[in-house]
Amino acid sequence: MALERCDVEKIAHLARIGLNEADIPRTTATLNNILGLIDAMQAVDTTGIEPLAHPLEATQRLRADQVTETNQREVYQAIAPAVEAGLFLVPKVIE
Amino acid sequence: MDMHQLSLTDISRALAAKEFSASELSSHLLARIKALDPQLNSFISVTEELALSQAKAADARRANGETGALLGAPIAHKDLFCTQGVRTSCGSKMLDNFKAPYNATVVEKLAGVGCVTLGKLNMDEFAMGSSNESSYYGAVKNPWDLTRVPGGSSGGSAAAVAARLLPAATGTDTGGSIRQPAALTNLTGIKPTYGRVSRWGMIAYASSLDQAGPLARNAEDCALLLQAMAGFDPKDSTSLEQPLDDYLAALNLPLKGLRIGLPKEYFAAGLDGRIAAATLAVVEELKKLGATVKDISLPNTQHAIAAYYVIAPAEASSNLSRFDGVRFGYRCENPQNLEDLYKRSRAEGFGDEVKRRILVGAYALSAGYYDAYYLQAQKIRRLIKNDFVAAFQEVDVILSPTTPNPAWKLGEKNNDPVAQYLEDIYTITANLAGIPGLSMPAGFVDGLPVGVQLLAPYFQEGRLLNVAHQYQQVTAWHTQAPSGF
Repeated sequence: MALERCDVEKIAHLARIGLNEADIPRTTATLNNILGLIDAMQAVDTTGIEPLAHPLEATQRLRADQVTETNQREVYQAIAPAVEAGLFLVPKVIE
Repeated sequence: MDMHQLSLTDISRALAAKEFSASELSSHLLARIKALDPQLNSFISVTEELALSQAKAADARRANGETGALLGAPIAHKDLFCTQGVRTSCGSKMLDNFKAPYNATVVEKLAGVGCVTLGKLNMDEFAMGSSNESSYYGAVKNPWDLTRVPGGSSGGSAAAVAARLLPAATGTDTGGSIRQPAALTNLTGIKPTYGRVSRWGMIAYASSLDQAGPLARNAEDCALLLQAMAGFDPKDSTSLEQPLDDYLAALNLPLKGLRIGLPKEYFAAGLDGRIAAATLAVVEELKKLGATVKDISLPNTQHAIAAYYVIAPAEASSNLSRFDGVRFGYRCENPQNLEDLYKRSRAEGFGDEVKRRILVGAYALSAGYYDAYYLQAQKIRRLIKNDFVAAFQEVDVILSPTTPNPAWKLGEKNNDPVAQYLEDIYTITANLAGIPGLSMPAGFVDGLPVGVQLLAPYFQEGRLLNVAHQYQQVTAWHTQAPSGF
C-alpha cells in the first residue's frame, strides 16, 4: 500500500517533524521505497508465533523504592536552551 | 618500533616494563592525530587536556605500585557515550552543543581502570547508517583508500584505529555498526550478547538491539578491553546478571573438535565471489587447527532486513522523541508557539536519514498499523532467534562473511537508502537474536580489507575471541596496516 502526500503529512505531524512543501514529494517517494522493502514481511506466515520483545525474554528488574539521585538542577539547566529562575522556558502555551 | 604501531596488548606490556610512560604515549598519539586526522575526519572532538591529565594520573598510579593491564592505555569513545563535561554529539547538529552532565557506565569503567581518553569519534548521525556519511561533522574516509567509506556507524572508531591513531576504541552495534566497519578497515571488533555491556549513558537508537563493544587490531586486544567494559550494571534495566568469563584465559583454548556451521543463506546471490573465497580460506585454516565444518541453514534470514527496518526505526522514533528543543540540545530560532518549537527544532536539528527512520517508525507504530508492522516484525524476530537456537544444537560457532562487498566509494549509495540497508544482511540477524558476533580480518580484495564474521550462542563472547585469536596465531592479515599511516 503506497503512501500519499496526506499520509506523509500526517506521519510527520505525529513525529513532530516539520516538512517543507518542497520536500514532501521526495520524502513520500523514499518512504514508499522503504515500505516496499518492509512489506515483504507481510507474506511470512507467523500464525501461532509469539512476538519477541527482548532477545533473552528477560523481565523488568525491580529495585527497592529508595532515593538514589540527588537534585542536580543547576547542572542540567546549564545545558538548556532557555531557563529562568530555575524553570525551562518555552513559548507561551496559554494566552 | 614506533609507539603507534603497537597493539593494545603490546602497549600494556611496554607500560608495565616502563619502556615509556602513559604521558609520553598520549603526547605522541595526540600529535599524530593532529597531523593525520585531517585526511580522515575520524575525530569529532580531541580531548587533549583530559587525556594529558588522565595520562599523568595513570603514571602516578603506576609509580605507586598499581599494575592494571589498561592503566595508561589510550583509547577514544564513539561520540554517543556520554562523557561528563565533554561534547557528546552523536554525530548530530541536534547535540552539537550538548556537554553531557554525567559519564556513561562504559566511560566510567574504562576511566576507572586507567584508560586515557584521547577524544570522541565520528559516527553516522544517531548511529543510523553503514557508511559514516550521515554525520553532521562530515564523512569519515577509509585509511585503506581515502575515496572510500570506512563503514558505519562506528566509522570514526574504525578509521582511527586502522590508521594507527590509537590502538583501540569503543563502538556500538545495533545492526552491524561494530562488525561492518571493522571488516572494511581490517580490524577485529566484537558485539557482545545483548545486555552484556551496560547501555547506561549510551545515547539510545534501538534499545532492544543496541550493544557496545570494542574495535581493535586483534582479538587479544578486544578481550582486554571487553573484560573492562562488560558486566552487570544496576543502572541499565536490561543488563545481564550473568557472571563474566575470563576472556584472556579463553583465548588460548585449543580449537580441536570445534564444530563450525556455514549457513547457506549467507553464501547466496549478492555476495562478492572473492569475499566468498576469502571466507572459505578461513575455514580451511580453522580445519587445520582441528575444527570440523558442517553446512547449516538459517531459513528465516531472508526476512531479517524487513523485520530490522521496522523494529529499529520504531524504537528510534520513540527514543528520539526526547529531542524536542526544550531541556537540552538544538532549539530553532524564534519559535512561534510550542508546536513550532518542536517541529522546527527537529526538522533543523536532525539530518535526512534520521528523519526518514523516525517517520518510518512513527508510521509503523501508528494506530491501525501496529499489528501489521511492529508486532509482525517481532514475530519474525522470534523465527530468526529460533533458527539460531536450532543451529547451535549442531554447531559451536557459525562462520560467514561480515559484508557482501568491500568498502564502497564515498557518495556511491548516498541517494539510495534501500541499497545501503541491504549491505547489513549478514550482521543484523545477530542483533535481532541478541547473540554475540565478531568480525576479524580475512584478506584483501583489490587492496581493500575483507572481514569474516563468527557468531556464537548467548554469553559465549569468550568462544568468539578464542577462535579469532587462534586464527590470528597462524595468519597475518590482522597485522597489515594501510600505507601512508
